[in-house]
Amino acid sequence: MKHSANSRRFFIKTSALAGVGLVIGLPKLQGEALKSITKNLPPEFINLEINPFIIIRTDGSITLINPRPDMGQGSMQAAPSLLAEELEVSLEKVTIIQSDGQSKYGSQQSGGSSTVRGLWYPLRKAGAAAKEMLIQVAASRWATSTDLCFAKDATIYLKNSDKSFSYGELAEDAAKLPVPKNPKLKNPADFTLLGKYNKRLDIPSKVTGKAVFGIDIEVPGMVYACIQHSPTIHASIITVDDTQSLLVKGVEKVIRCKRTMPHRQSDAVAVVASTWWAAQKGRSLLNVKWDDGQLALTQTTDAYFQKAYEAAKKEGVRHEEKGDFLAKFNSASAKLEAVYETPFLAHAPIEPECAVVHYKEDGTAEIWAHVQGPDGGLADAARFLGIDQDKIKFHVPLLGGSFGRKAYHDYLSEACFLAKELKKPVKVLWTREDDITQGPYRPGMLSRVQGMVSNGKLTGFHHHAIGESIVGQVFNGLKPDEADPWLSGELSTENNQYQFPVSKVSWTHVKTDIPIVWWRSVYASNFGWGQECFIDELAHLAGKDPLEARLAILKDERFRKVLETLAEKANWKEKLPAGKGKGLAIFASFGSISACCITVSTSGKGIIIEKAVSVIDCGHYVNPDNVVAQTQGNIVMGISAAIKDGITFSNGKCDQTNYHEYQVLRMNETPEMEVHIIQSGAEPGGVGEPGLPPVAPALGNAIFAATGIRLRRLPIDISSIS
Amino acid sequence: MAAYQLQINGKKINAEAAADMPLLWVIRDIVGLKGTKYGCGIAQCGACTIHIDGSPVRSCQIPISTLSKKAKITTIEGIGEIELHAIQEAWIEEQVPQCGYCQSGQIMSAVALLKDNPQPTDEEIVASMNGNLCRCGTYSRIHQGIKKAAIALKEGTTSPSNDK
Repeated sequence: MKHSANSRRFFIKTSALAGVGLVIGLPKLQGEALKSITKNLPPEFINLEINPFIIIRTDGSITLINPRPDMGQGSMQAAPSLLAEELEVSLEKVTIIQSDGQSKYGSQQSGGSSTVRGLWYPLRKAGAAAKEMLIQVAASRWATSTDLCFAKDATIYLKNSDKSFSYGELAEDAAKLPVPKNPKLKNPADFTLLGKYNKRLDIPSKVTGKAVFGIDIEVPGMVYACIQHSPTIHASIITVDDTQSLLVKGVEKVIRCKRTMPHRQSDAVAVVASTWWAAQKGRSLLNVKWDDGQLALTQTTDAYFQKAYEAAKKEGVRHEEKGDFLAKFNSASAKLEAVYETPFLAHAPIEPECAVVHYKEDGTAEIWAHVQGPDGGLADAARFLGIDQDKIKFHVPLLGGSFGRKAYHDYLSEACFLAKELKKPVKVLWTREDDITQGPYRPGMLSRVQGMVSNGKLTGFHHHAIGESIVGQVFNGLKPDEADPWLSGELSTENNQYQFPVSKVSWTHVKTDIPIVWWRSVYASNFGWGQECFIDELAHLAGKDPLEARLAILKDERFRKVLETLAEKANWKEKLPAGKGKGLAIFASFGSISACCITVSTSGKGIIIEKAVSVIDCGHYVNPDNVVAQTQGNIVMGISAAIKDGITFSNGKCDQTNYHEYQVLRMNETPEMEVHIIQSGAEPGGVGEPGLPPVAPALGNAIFAATGIRLRRLPIDISSIS
Repeated sequence: MAAYQLQINGKKINAEAAADMPLLWVIRDIVGLKGTKYGCGIAQCGACTIHIDGSPVRSCQIPISTLSKKAKITTIEGIGEIELHAIQEAWIEEQVPQCGYCQSGQIMSAVALLKDNPQPTDEEIVASMNGNLCRCGTYSRIHQGIKKAAIALKEGTTSPSNDK
């Protein structure tokens, strides 16, 4: 490698590539070893990696690593804020980069609303440890005690003096110190960043078109691929006639390839061209004969739900039970039983699935893919390419929405497959039609619910969840007689905190080969509907106001506070004219408690959604405005899921193809919204998903309040309620 | 393939493309301006919104060969090049974007709206913006951002951008 005039840029790039740098605290890079790496390098080129998440260079520049990809939920601000708060640096003055999947960053999966709650202590500790090391060096240079030094704005100051050192001046020596294992964390009362309103620093680039999303990646020598998938998902190819496709100017090759899903692999045909437009045109001219076989054609949502409704007539596998529910239910005089239904849904992020993979002649690879987890993406890519992870340089650009979808790496599997064939960079980009017709989807589910009341109080509740299992299909991890373990997070009495004398959660597995995966808030998006509408039904059976009936069986103070705040903010007790109604629902998920109240009014045969008020207790949070933004987004997506048609399959084919058939909420359908955050100071909970589950049941309950009509099946056609 | 001369953001640009290639893909993959986004290809989502002679259009629907030679194209990169447009300022102030992917299209629609109708009513805002989807659900902030930008433009606290 030659050092030319522009070598600085080059060095930084290659050092990142090779992982070179000073890794403080790792014995093998201390002392002489450390010196040997930095020898011959001008000081400003030295990367001082205080720990994997913080790099302080001797020129004072600071880089913080965000280990959780940003799909809109704000992790590019949230995770670095945890570091910056303790490190005492301003986010405006540091460079924030996305982690690349290496194991030193630990789990890097954005999902399960886990960024802040999972990193609250680890990243704060990382920041605090680095600060203590810098203070230690400063104190020793001043021959004073560390107690007399303090950190502020990337500088260590000596109290009662005008002496100071910038972090850059201290970094090289700090690098030689061991990393403190238990650094002192700040008292939340002293936070200057966490919990405060701060503008997101990723937003300016998103208003000028400069933000780089997965779809925007372009590398020299790159070709584009558009892929013809099986219209029935699981068909196999009999013949491919590509004569017409190859006549399209720009089309280079037609390659039979594979789409790898967790549960199956299916046939596909890729058209490779010099532009994506040529590739998709070539694809439209392919003549592929598919053998649908038995599997493909039998995949219909009607057949699936038919099996599910059959299952709802029987008892399922017990997941948890308090008391003998069935005995009490059978002997109860005032009881109800119902079945609630939620449809399959597509995530439909506006940016479709995309990946750029460059597999090189030397057996190494470089990948740019908008996955939700760089670590999982890297591991899967290594598997798809058949090479070791350390042979791959993995980049994660911004995700143009995801909602769970981009953590499913079928699109990456295709790009890897083609890259190995082509030995040059290839960008696979799905069409919107691919995104909607191919899945994976949120599974459609049934909630069979039973409950009873006595003396004006709800006295028993059984939630029997019925449907395909994500744990089963995606992870192949469900035993035949086992309830989906993820139910415990959603439906357990510990999660909903309702104090029923008897209660039960059970499960029946209904299999399908329609590809499924988590969708914003996972099962909570399905089961919130059945739980909270049915609680409303029981309240009415007991002759109680739905708010009072819930409060009567909720002891937990945080749950009560959320509901009481909602009642106050939404003016729950106001008398409404005929034709108007309010409904509420509460659901806890991902460590947070969220409740929603929706107001509707009747209009002709239908209803209008006038207003949604949401309350969330997510414990400690990073940025209140982002909590509000995420909760607003959850109201919009929750209403969309409740009133817009779901995904259906007939004869093995998805009936919806694009946004005209799979509609999502638009501005004219978005009601007035209010979001309130409870300042509980509890341990951090999730923010990206918990606002969604209560939205649909709040709407269902509001419709009942306004019309007397109890709806149990989503989606709701709000233009005609019956 | 044919050679086309385009006028994009005030610059003359030569592009060689198939006659039926939609402007969206010419702008993104031939010219290399990546701010304009693909979302559906059938004018349902508005992510590809650009201006032709100041009017908002869905660039996924315009084959390059149908474009008038005099057409002045403006993309998101041509909005607020020197100084941010009032809409962009308001988008930052209101913290509108989440993932941000649809926002180029949203901003192009909003800029065009205020150009033709500097003080839109709530209904007019909805009517103009309804063709732009946002899956993250930022609609209420988009609405608020447009109202803020309209006030800023009226009070002259910010300058309308140079729509080239």
